[in-house]
Amino acid sequence: MPDLLIELFSEEIPARMQAKASDDLKAMITGGLVDAGLTYEGAKAFATPRRLALTVHGVTARSPDLREEKKGPRVDAPDGAIQGFLKSAGLSSVAEAKIVEDPKKGRFYVAETVRPGRAAEEIIADLVPKVVRSFPWPKSMKWGSGSLRWVRPLHSILCTFGPETEEPVVVELEVDGIRSGNTTYGHRFLAPEPIRVRRFEDYLASLEKAKVVLDPARRRDIILHDAKDLAFAAGLELVEDEGLLNEVAGLVEWPVVLMGSFDEAFLDVPDEVIRATIRANQKCFVLKDPATGKLANRFLLTSNMVASDGGKTIVAGNERVIRARLSDAKFFWDQDLAVKLQDRLPKLDSITFHEKLGTQRERVERIKALAREIAPLVGADPDKAERAAELAKADLVTGMVGEFPELQGLMGRYYATRHGEDPAVAAAIEEHYKPQGPGDRVPTEPVSIAVALADKLDTLVGFWAIDEKPTGSKDPYALRRAALGVIRLVLENSAKLTFIPVIKAAWILNGGHKRLTTSSANWQHLSTDLLSFFADRLKVQLREQGARHDLVDAVFALGNQDDLLLIVKRVEALGALLSSEDGRNLLAGYRRAANILKAEEKKGTTIAASVDADLFTEATEGALWATVQAARTEAAAAIVREDFGSAMKALAALRVPVDAFFDAVMVNAEDERLRANRLALLTAIRDACHEVADFSRIEG
Amino acid sequence: MTASALDPNDPRRSFQGLILTLQRFWAERGCVILQPYDMEVGAGTFHPATTLRSLGPKSWNAAYVQPSRRPTDGRYGENPNRFQHYYQFQVILKPSPENLQELYLESLYAIGIDPKLHDIRFVEDDWESPTLGAWGLGWECWCDGMEVSQFTYFQQVAGIECSPVSGELTYGLERLAMYLQGVDNGYELNFNGRDGAEKVTYGDVFHQAEEEYSRHNFEYADPEMLKRHFEDAEKECRALLAAGEGKGNGRHGMVLPAYDQCIKASHRFNLLDARGVISVTERQSYILRVRELAKACGEAWLKTAAGGA
Repeated sequence: MPDLLIELFSEEIPARMQAKASDDLKAMITGGLVDAGLTYEGAKAFATPRRLALTVHGVTARSPDLREEKKGPRVDAPDGAIQGFLKSAGLSSVAEAKIVEDPKKGRFYVAETVRPGRAAEEIIADLVPKVVRSFPWPKSMKWGSGSLRWVRPLHSILCTFGPETEEPVVVELEVDGIRSGNTTYGHRFLAPEPIRVRRFEDYLASLEKAKVVLDPARRRDIILHDAKDLAFAAGLELVEDEGLLNEVAGLVEWPVVLMGSFDEAFLDVPDEVIRATIRANQKCFVLKDPATGKLANRFLLTSNMVASDGGKTIVAGNERVIRARLSDAKFFWDQDLAVKLQDRLPKLDSITFHEKLGTQRERVERIKALAREIAPLVGADPDKAERAAELAKADLVTGMVGEFPELQGLMGRYYATRHGEDPAVAAAIEEHYKPQGPGDRVPTEPVSIAVALADKLDTLVGFWAIDEKPTGSKDPYALRRAALGVIRLVLENSAKLTFIPVIKAAWILNGGHKRLTTSSANWQHLSTDLLSFFADRLKVQLREQGARHDLVDAVFALGNQDDLLLIVKRVEALGALLSSEDGRNLLAGYRRAANILKAEEKKGTTIAASVDADLFTEATEGALWATVQAARTEAAAAIVREDFGSAMKALAALRVPVDAFFDAVMVNAEDERLRANRLALLTAIRDACHEVADFSRIEG
Repeated sequence: MTASALDPNDPRRSFQGLILTLQRFWAERGCVILQPYDMEVGAGTFHPATTLRSLGPKSWNAAYVQPSRRPTDGRYGENPNRFQHYYQFQVILKPSPENLQELYLESLYAIGIDPKLHDIRFVEDDWESPTLGAWGLGWECWCDGMEVSQFTYFQQVAGIECSPVSGELTYGLERLAMYLQGVDNGYELNFNGRDGAEKVTYGDVFHQAEEEYSRHNFEYADPEMLKRHFEDAEKECRALLAAGEGKGNGRHGMVLPAYDQCIKASHRFNLLDARGVISVTERQSYILRVRELAKACGEAWLKTAAGGA
């Protein structure tokens, strides 16, 4: 069976887009073939900086014929209708149509048509241009005077098709003036000549000969292997970096790993700074001394070239750039160390955090006060928390952070350590930004937790107070991330933190109580709104962990829920209850009770204000009433102890008497007093359940 | 053109030789060789020969050196790699030719970079100028790990979609020259290619200026005056655009003078930024204000003859 080979040859494709692009090419082409009625045995896609390639083998040569039946009018229908039918079915006379008998509809015409299958080449010739035109690049562009969009200018399309035993043919197609062919090109500098291609096997081999390793996985292996070898030979260890490896493999067609070095004097600069400099700007790997674990004054670069001097010029060039980058870094390091963080604070006066929320200096003052307030709640020393908060933003005005903003916090920690600050204070300066995203580490040191919470809560409350809340996809101040950070800080550290008092403190610090002109000045409104924002974030977070969002709703609906830890515990206990049979039956009983009540409340039926045991006529009534009272008392007591498991267990005891009650008792008794009393009993069931959660919010 | 090792205009020997070689190279490929724009700009892109000429349907090929000022990059002459004033060599080709990458590589060969010895790479770099309302896709071009040029296919300029698309090449001349001359300190670049007493270095020409301007940019430029000038330029730009409407045979008659005011506003903003008196959010609003001017100029340009009206 024939094989298909496609190559889309372009100017350099960004490294980060290559993997997905080759997956997309494979999915779109094979999907299109299958949709058109072809089958195939296997497919594999590849990417290099200059090409996407796809081989599909064992493709059927034709799609099968499709038989279709088209129902027509009755044989006695007016001639116009019959002629119209013949025309639409492509028949020249009624003789070509079948007549079918139907007991109800009588005799009518049926046209039997055969849609002949198409040659695979034809299908491919249609499909490839469609795929090229609708390719889902994250960002695409136009070039020259054309209108085609591709990630960078597309130069040629190779497309051959044919069985193993024969000479494959070029599938003729054209996209915006680019005609398909059977030509590709080798390495830009080492073998730029055109190469004639027949099928995948010779394509792969010719490229390899022309200094192009088509498979990105192989390029990665080559780089990693050679890098480790070079490191080992120098008595060093490669600092592995998966992300960098992937990126570098997408920057070369013919990887050649080379080692360079830099002046040892630069090793005074913290390892992170050296690594950040060399990695971000130069895309080189760093090496460490296995004995000390410290960085060595070497680096590994991956060139795309077999140079005529063995790479001497390339290494020298890279060394020169790295030297310049590191001298920049060292210059900043030395300069920064000359000024204490404390002495940088006045400079924060001149940086506006937000025009309505004051300067960074003012913000630091707020975080200081808030961190002090939060410290005892998370077991931190208030003095240290305040000190850390005071210095937390000072590194923003250092040269190093100006140059490498991603080092904010970390540099503060280094400078604070060098200047003799307490280690917990120094650590908190770094960690107060954390966690940055769902994958980031959550600090566990109490001082860090206090400052991290203060920083985020100040931000949230501040922007809430000025009505700058996230809307839809717009969240310019990353407030969702801040709220998620708060949630993770609290939950992962099991911190007992009731939000309302803390938010109130932050609100007052932000001058919220003075902003009387806007609706957000209303504290009640702000706190409710912000708590529900937290609830939403928590829902997202819990959902990701597999919890049901309706359970979160059921707990939040109780109102005044501002202790995240308790909320989560309650949700967990509720989930456990509902996964038991007792829980599910209880929920059914609750719903029955609640539905009856809702219906009767709507009708205006009298419901007694309290249950009167003297009005019971059935034994099950008495039994239920006794259990409801006991369950409610027990559940309430358990909740005070924050023992939600026991509260749920207490409720679960309701299941049997509730079931028995509904089996034996007719709620809508003739006697109005009996009915009112029974409805009161149902109300008691509902209220007991609402001790632990609003069961009406539970779905399923 | 092979220059002998003693030719003072060899691009590997003198800064000016590098400029002369690039000019000749692009002149031979049909470019109009322009002179620098006579205003303070942050990059060669601001030159109306790029910003405005990249708009509209007419073809346009030009190359020029543009002195570029980035006030925040000042280092008082103490950093050998960073200057608040430096030179860019700018090439703009509209529509971008099919073989633009090859042309670019040939220009590197012309200035003495041997492709057999070096590792030349095109590394993703999406270019964006928020103040110009412009963006494009392309690369940083690396030679042995050093960024020697920016290569961009303009997609939008002044908020207007580019059709046809221009290809823009920007060579960082100091860095390139340092590489070609094998010098680590930019101030030690040989400017005129002479030896001994006749030799003039880059430092001879610019070191004092770097010191003085760093002082000015960071410490002494008067923020209040700069703010005032910014506002004046903004006002004037709008006034000229309004007044120029219909003044050129029914087209627009005062885009270039208006655009000068946009450039002026942009540079005042850069100076304010260097003085550290602009907050993060104010910064955003200044950028937006300049962009609005650029957009208005771009739209007006399309109503001129050169803009295709």
